Amino acid sequence: MSIGGQGMRPCAGIPRLSFCIVCWVCWPVFCLAALPAVAQDDMAEIRIGYIRQLADRPPNLSNLIVPPDDEGFAGARLSVKDNNTTGRFLKQSFVLEERDVPTSGDALPDFRAMLDSGISFFVLDVSADVLLAMADAAGDRPAVLLNINATDDRLRGEDCRRNVMHIVPSRGMYTDALAQFLVWKKWRDWLLVIGPDERDGLYAEAVRRSARKFGARIVEERVWNFGPDARRTAQAEVPAFTQGVDYDMLIVADEVGVFGEYLMYRTWDPRPVAGTQGLSPSTWHLTHEQWGSAQLQSRFVKTNGRRMTALDYQAWAAIRAVGEAATRTRSAEPGEMEAYLKSPQFELAGFKGLPLTFRSWNWQLRQPILLVQPSALVSVSPQDGFLHQRSVLDTMGLDEGEAGCAFQ
Amino acid sequence: MRTATVAAILLAGVLAGSGPAQAYKVFVSNEKDNTVTIIDSETLEAEKTFNVGQRPRGIAITHDGEWLLVCASDDDTVQVFDVKTRQLIKTLPSGPDPEQFVLHPSGNPLYIANEDDNLVTVVDIEANKVLAEVPVGVEPEGMGISPDGKVLVNTSETTNMAHFIDTGSYELIDNVLVDSRPRFAEFTADGSQLWVSSEIGGTVVVIDPATREIIKKFTFEVPGVTKEALQPVGIRVTRDGSTAFVALGPANRVVAIDAKALEIKKYLLVGQRVWQLAFTPDENYLFSTNGVSNDVSVIDVADLKVIKSIRTGRFPWGVVVAPE
Repeated sequence: MSIGGQGMRPCAGIPRLSFCIVCWVCWPVFCLAALPAVAQDDMAEIRIGYIRQLADRPPNLSNLIVPPDDEGFAGARLSVKDNNTTGRFLKQSFVLEERDVPTSGDALPDFRAMLDSGISFFVLDVSADVLLAMADAAGDRPAVLLNINATDDRLRGEDCRRNVMHIVPSRGMYTDALAQFLVWKKWRDWLLVIGPDERDGLYAEAVRRSARKFGARIVEERVWNFGPDARRTAQAEVPAFTQGVDYDMLIVADEVGVFGEYLMYRTWDPRPVAGTQGLSPSTWHLTHEQWGSAQLQSRFVKTNGRRMTALDYQAWAAIRAVGEAATRTRSAEPGEMEAYLKSPQFELAGFKGLPLTFRSWNWQLRQPILLVQPSALVSVSPQDGFLHQRSVLDTMGLDEGEAGCAFQ
Repeated sequence: MRTATVAAILLAGVLAGSGPAQAYKVFVSNEKDNTVTIIDSETLEAEKTFNVGQRPRGIAITHDGEWLLVCASDDDTVQVFDVKTRQLIKTLPSGPDPEQFVLHPSGNPLYIANEDDNLVTVVDIEANKVLAEVPVGVEPEGMGISPDGKVLVNTSETTNMAHFIDTGSYELIDNVLVDSRPRFAEFTADGSQLWVSSEIGGTVVVIDPATREIIKKFTFEVPGVTKEALQPVGIRVTRDGSTAFVALGPANRVVAIDAKALEIKKYLLVGQRVWQLAFTPDENYLFSTNGVSNDVSVIDVADLKVIKSIRTGRFPWGVVVAPE
């Protein structure tokens, strides 16, 4: 089990005092540059392609909180750095190639070019349709497409692909995580408010399924149709909109974020809000500190000068999964790495207190899900008492037998 | 010899109607309220609490029994307190985010894992200066040192390796891949075994330090506890090498293992999220820190029974016992 020892004497010959000063100031540059032992051409190179195509953002959100420009990329870069620290000991080096495709552009040529250049591992922040087009374009060529942002349940069901693995949870996993908490709280009667976007409809469908699954009741559904930018009108509109219904919790389906934030504190009855706004399920939060995550948080802040977002985390986890496959197989050969990723032996330590593993029936990453509000973590699902014959994590999302995925 | 000691202590206990005659001070670092709790090992009561730096985790006592060392992780320092007066004497240049550390068998230097910077920092605690920094894997955590002081072992939580470091040259001798999130490394007193726990992998391996081969891998099973909750962290082995104790985190158990036959003996129910362990110097008692239930459990080592739990501060993390 031992791995070839390598000389590590970054600072030999330098007086101790100056060594310390140099290392305090810029040890990453100095010490890493000075790492001897392994010549560059001895290193097995693992290239990872990262393609991002941002979804359309409605113009009325332009002066609201905007996500950082490097969202996702920053998580990926940190993960490559983590992998390379480990790679030093195994003569493996990881290289990230990034492409940022305009919203109106075509991401497929970039994908094909990367594939043709010999890249086998892809981190993809693209829509479900683009993801499927890429999966089909890859055909039988060795390629693992890691989906980090498309939450569509169909990608884990009827539209699953054998070469696509999902790091991001599905909508259903998110709403199941929320439903478990609300049922545990005994806030079982829900008013479901649905936005006009197609994605809001998909989110609402996931909420309905979760309510059925965990015994909550959707007492009424209402469609928000007041047009864009409710900031100055919500105080008048929301009370009237939420009148005449008896419920515990307002569940909002507003994935784009055009009105959900304005429901809180404006409902006719004093009721909490959850769903896409209010208490929301997520993979990460800036206040998450349990299970060693404080370490990843501070590493990220040091490297990027900002807090880590959920998308950054998803990109980090995707590339760590590739790193884990390379470490455990001690190989840079895509076939061997893919086989390991898809084997029952694969597990990832992802700062969630449990090993993260892939579901063999749709390659969805099993994971605990955080329930957060803007400046605090509220809870982590699965909740105690929700049991499953295989893994408590399988209480969230499409289980074996119900996913309807036949890999093609 | 050992049996005789145990018998003598039991006899003394019967005669006096109380615990063992030897009284020690047990120091527990409370991660969330920045304090250290002192417990008397004879009365088994918490007798004092005093303030330390932010987010205290790793805790140790110098071999002369004079100094208490505390990793104040969020202050990026190791604090040195006078064991008797509990006054802060000085701080050591520890490097950022110190979590665990281990003293050289001679008593100096101190080897510190710096989680944030992928480094092990070597500090001369008398001269207060950094002797070296050794680059290791991502998130260095567990620290063990061979009884002869020649080999330091550090585990890296995200790289998932036990790094063997030559304490003379600070060169890496070898790297042994273990399961996910290795948390702790402990040599047996005779140096013949190195025990390493993997929290997320749910395993403990016993490594032959000479060959760096894994000679045994333990997995755990407790009825009514999910496999995922069996997360080994702290390890201690009795000086005679007969019994190893492993804290199993959210499984709320400490497992006793026959370290010669390499077989699991017994699971002991302790408080919630048990992390670190420490023996009294006479090895009659083992203390476990239970983070979520805010207490320590006291285990009778000979009987393999949990005899008491003692309230501490918030999120007790590390524990060390001072010789009296």
